[in-house]
Amino acid sequence: MNAAYVILAAPALGALILLAGHRRLLEPVAGWVVVVLGFVSFGASLWLWVTLLGRPAGDRVARLAIFSWVPVDRLQVGFGLQVDPLSVFFCLFVTGVSSLIFLYSIGYMHRDPSFARFFFYLSTFLFSMLVLVLADNFLFTFLGWEGVGYCSYGLVGFWFDRDRAAVAAKKAFVTNRVGDFGFMIALFLMYEHFGSFDFSRVLAPLAHGATLPTAFATGLGLMLLLGACGKSAQFPLYMWLPDAMEGPTPISALIHAATMVTAGVYLLARSAPILHFSPVTMWLVACIGITTAFVASTIACVETDIKRILAYSTLAEIGFMFLAEGSGDFSSALFLTVTHAFFKALLFLSAGAVIHALADEQDIWRMGGLRKYLPITFGAFFVGYLALSAIPPFAGWWAHEAVLEAAYHKDVWLWVTGVVVDGLTAYYMSREVMLVFFGRSRWKEQRPEPAGAGGGGHGGSHADGHDGEPHDSPWTMTVPLVLLAIAAVVGGVIDLPFPGTDFLTRFLAPVFPHTVVPGFSLTTGTRVAIGIAGTAVNFIGLAVGIVVWLPGLARPRLEPGFLRHGWYIDEGVAGAVAGPLAVAADSTAYVIDRRGVDGLVGGIAALTAGAGRQLRRVQTGYVRTYALGIGIGAAAILIYAAARVGG
Amino acid sequence: MRVPADWYLILALILFVLGGTGLLVRRNVLVMFMCVELMLNAVDLTFVTFARTLNDLGGQAAVFFVLVVAAAEVVVGLGIIVAIFRRRADATADDVHILKG
Repeated sequence: MNAAYVILAAPALGALILLAGHRRLLEPVAGWVVVVLGFVSFGASLWLWVTLLGRPAGDRVARLAIFSWVPVDRLQVGFGLQVDPLSVFFCLFVTGVSSLIFLYSIGYMHRDPSFARFFFYLSTFLFSMLVLVLADNFLFTFLGWEGVGYCSYGLVGFWFDRDRAAVAAKKAFVTNRVGDFGFMIALFLMYEHFGSFDFSRVLAPLAHGATLPTAFATGLGLMLLLGACGKSAQFPLYMWLPDAMEGPTPISALIHAATMVTAGVYLLARSAPILHFSPVTMWLVACIGITTAFVASTIACVETDIKRILAYSTLAEIGFMFLAEGSGDFSSALFLTVTHAFFKALLFLSAGAVIHALADEQDIWRMGGLRKYLPITFGAFFVGYLALSAIPPFAGWWAHEAVLEAAYHKDVWLWVTGVVVDGLTAYYMSREVMLVFFGRSRWKEQRPEPAGAGGGGHGGSHADGHDGEPHDSPWTMTVPLVLLAIAAVVGGVIDLPFPGTDFLTRFLAPVFPHTVVPGFSLTTGTRVAIGIAGTAVNFIGLAVGIVVWLPGLARPRLEPGFLRHGWYIDEGVAGAVAGPLAVAADSTAYVIDRRGVDGLVGGIAALTAGAGRQLRRVQTGYVRTYALGIGIGAAAILIYAAARVGG
Repeated sequence: MRVPADWYLILALILFVLGGTGLLVRRNVLVMFMCVELMLNAVDLTFVTFARTLNDLGGQAAVFFVLVVAAAEVVVGLGIIVAIFRRRADATADDVHILKG
């Protein structure tokens, strides 16, 4: 069990080394320190996992107290770790995928002047995420929660000298704060009701027969959901994630696959015993998930930035995870989380390789025909594409089918929408692959096609920046691609839907006992039928995407304006914030604050100054005046004393 | 013949008022200083008078304390006056008012 300390200590050590020596460590060394320590952390996770497997299923929870953090009267909060199947599961894929992304970053960030700063953030990011999943109480979890928020701010705005990156970082941070607000309210409610933040005192009794009033569970659940929506970029707090593409590409992979956005999924899974008592919250989780998935998928169909398409697909996938959680099937949600980590990291890293090869070009309308030049990258991207499009037998297919079964059990319309979203996913991913890797090599042309220029959202504007042919990346970048590609192909085996092969579900079963996660079963006929129907839609979406976009022609009718503006949701929020909210803020700042608060403070100062100005006249500097004053004072005291005695 | 205590008290009052008035109206530092001494001695006289009237040695003892303090005060006061004389030609109290607020 002590391996848990190593899991946490390794990235912390990496961050400290870089903090202390970032001026002295030369370029590759700083990266290798973090990569090696990342793999140490992964090794420790594996060790911990094997240790857990060696124990009986009912005895796989261990608590490691480090020290008492907040010892205040009735409130006792400790720095402590909880090792159980859920936290170990998260540690495994977080450390594994992160380490591969770190390795890739060494090649990707080559020659960046802030190389060491980048790796410092990476290490801190991993550490925060591990604190988040390993903590044994909600307050400590919140510490990691804020940690990933801070690191995402630092990394999205890593190139802070670019306006767009700085703005995107600020947007990510502020949006996250809205979610954090919900988490904090949830913490207060928890303290009010349970008097503790410990999982062992809040969650464990609920999993073993204790009950919770429905109204309270709903309030608490909704606040936790608000927190999860902020961190996991769910509707309506999703706007920060596409903008977060301004960060370096490995960061996109890290945020989308391993850390950050899975935090909300983790929080809801961890809080399953609370959510169980509030059917309303469960429904809302599912509805938010499916809404996000639908909105994001439709926007992705018209997006023209290679990374923003993937960003919207992440929103949709996280929406699917929420859908599964809302449908009461937490292990399917986590199954999708881990497979998604594989193929989304793969997609982002290979997209990064494309961007790298084309000298920072991100507009898919200025790509095309790249499969001949970047064979490894193309292969990796193609695997990720099929996995994300839920094509059998890739990892994504198994996970999507598991999620859709849960959705079908919850409500048939959730299932229908889910299938539509899956079809859209296959369609827009085909569009991206066709435009990037097939067709004419548009990046050779000086001017981009007029139709592509309208899409907006391209990073750099340079048509003549390519010296020589684009080529595949160095081995530090291709090795992670190959490993992740293998995982994306065979990742589904960790939880096959056949009797005796649902390894992940059984591993996680102690965390989700039947008292709080009742589970469900569909007949084999139903499962086969909905599986075939869903898969058929995926194939149709795939085929339509290929046929329509293989020629590489602009088709404005398939890219309606309201989708290019993201359903005007972003503009709507901006308008609301810029309109009434800005007026309210202005009146607070310039009327209440300046006149009221400042007036009060300034008034007291003016009063003191005025009194002093008047009182200084008493100090004439003439001895006789003082003598007279003493005399009068003495006389007054005498008269007073005489009056007291006389009276 | 035994002088009544009242006379002493009246004398002390006259001395005290003289000293107080002098302190307030005179400008010469030395004269003001002497006025302070006059007031102190007026108080001393009162103490002695009451000591005799009430047959209480406490009053006499208080006089000794006053004399000691007055002596110390003379040392400090004269030191200040000498310092003032060194810096300026005369010792008019009103000329020394740099502590004016």
